[in-house]
Amino acid sequence: MESRLALTVDGEEHTIEVDTRTTLLDALRDRIGATAPKKGCDHGQCGSCTVIEDGRRVTTCLSLAVAHDGASIVTASGLSDGDLGLHPMQQAFIEQDAFQCGYCTPGQICSAIGMLAEIADGSPSFVTEDLADPPTLTDAEIRERLSGNLCRCGAYVNILAAVRQATQHSDKGAA
Amino acid sequence: MRPFDYERATDAADAVARAASRPEAVFLAGGTNLVDHLKLGLVEPELLVDISHLPLAAIEQEPDGTLDIGANVRNADLAAHPAVRRSHPLLSRALLSGASGQLRNLATTGGNLLQRTRCVYFQDVTTPCNKRSPGSGCSALGGHTEQHAIFGASQQCIAVHPSDMAVALAALDAQVSLLGPEGVTSMPVTELHRLPGDSPERDTVLDRGQLITGVRIPPPPAGARHTYRKVRERSSFAFALISLAAEMVVEDGVIASARLALGGVAHKPWRARRAEEVLHGAPAITETFTAAAKAELEQARPLEGNAFKVPMARAMIVAALKELAVETT
Repeated sequence: MESRLALTVDGEEHTIEVDTRTTLLDALRDRIGATAPKKGCDHGQCGSCTVIEDGRRVTTCLSLAVAHDGASIVTASGLSDGDLGLHPMQQAFIEQDAFQCGYCTPGQICSAIGMLAEIADGSPSFVTEDLADPPTLTDAEIRERLSGNLCRCGAYVNILAAVRQATQHSDKGAA
Repeated sequence: MRPFDYERATDAADAVARAASRPEAVFLAGGTNLVDHLKLGLVEPELLVDISHLPLAAIEQEPDGTLDIGANVRNADLAAHPAVRRSHPLLSRALLSGASGQLRNLATTGGNLLQRTRCVYFQDVTTPCNKRSPGSGCSALGGHTEQHAIFGASQQCIAVHPSDMAVALAALDAQVSLLGPEGVTSMPVTELHRLPGDSPERDTVLDRGQLITGVRIPPPPAGARHTYRKVRERSSFAFALISLAAEMVVEDGVIASARLALGGVAHKPWRARRAEEVLHGAPAITETFTAAAKAELEQARPLEGNAFKVPMARAMIVAALKELAVETT
């Protein structure tokens, strides 16, 4: 069964017709050509397909495209503004050497940006000591909140440093 | 993946009517479990009724303190809601102990309750499984049983329910609100899921076309202290070997009330009623807690691979009750 849907991806509107079985990830990559989100495990476990949909970080491999008709999606490619240069999170990943092969990086960066927005909103995590208080950005908080993004090269130490650096630019921290 | 039709429901009654109209229809909400199962070939529905756009995404606190949670409230939003963090912190903790940040932004309250077991044999279509393919046999029996049930299993199935949220809701006496072809009903969360018996293919007591529209949580008793504990094979983004949701009220050194539920031990969230019976009215001392854990675990029927769960559950219950045995007034 085919179905028509509209998606705004990195500021551009697209109308596509897809088989109902198409995941949002496959629609983005194969139909729209937005290849920043990567297919890693394709089962929601590795986070490499993470994008920011309507302001929230989500995996795209466990969503059917047809159920996301009308969504507005920002991928890692849409974070940088041509005039302003790279997003502070992207710049921090480069400066802190927070990747090796780079395959998981677009997902890591989208996830990290979404994660900082969640902390700014006061959302707790499993390691937040007192749920009554707003969370503080400890290393334990960053690690716990990014546990949905795997890096098989093992760049975690530098990813943590990159996220820390990006928070120094909190005025530009939101997507 | 077998082709399927996709329909977006316009309201809850429309969703029920659409799902009831076709024998192999399923509801689609967050998709984090269902879409995975479509890919793995575990389910082959002919119709997906998309309920994710229905206006069932509110959390309201009624004057008596009851929380009314819409079925489409995302796990992340439920965990972060101020009323939940204030009144039922064990529910927030349980939610935050499950899945990852990205998945909690997608997964819904109703979908979390209806997620299916992570038994590796159930998820592998090349192995026999009575839950997936009734009558084909249970590969877990005689296989790897570290993750499997110690309570209420059968010769047909030893799988466990994977939800953390449901364990907290079971302890909190939450009610599930339902809409079906026969109209509006509700039932305790503790009665939603069933033990496997001779029909492990049925996770819950729900009939075809019945839709979870929300969950209601009564207010906690005055002076209640809560905790949610979870043991897993790594410290984040993993299912429970054992989890425990516990709430207790202690007055003048005596246990006025206690509610406990275990996860990772049965085909359903396991409300520890035998332990509660021992606790109620007894002095809040270690001997009581040990006796309560013993009473509950006397029913355990562990297998060779998961015998560790019995002492682990015992230790977890005693440690949690000790933590809660501090009087707040």
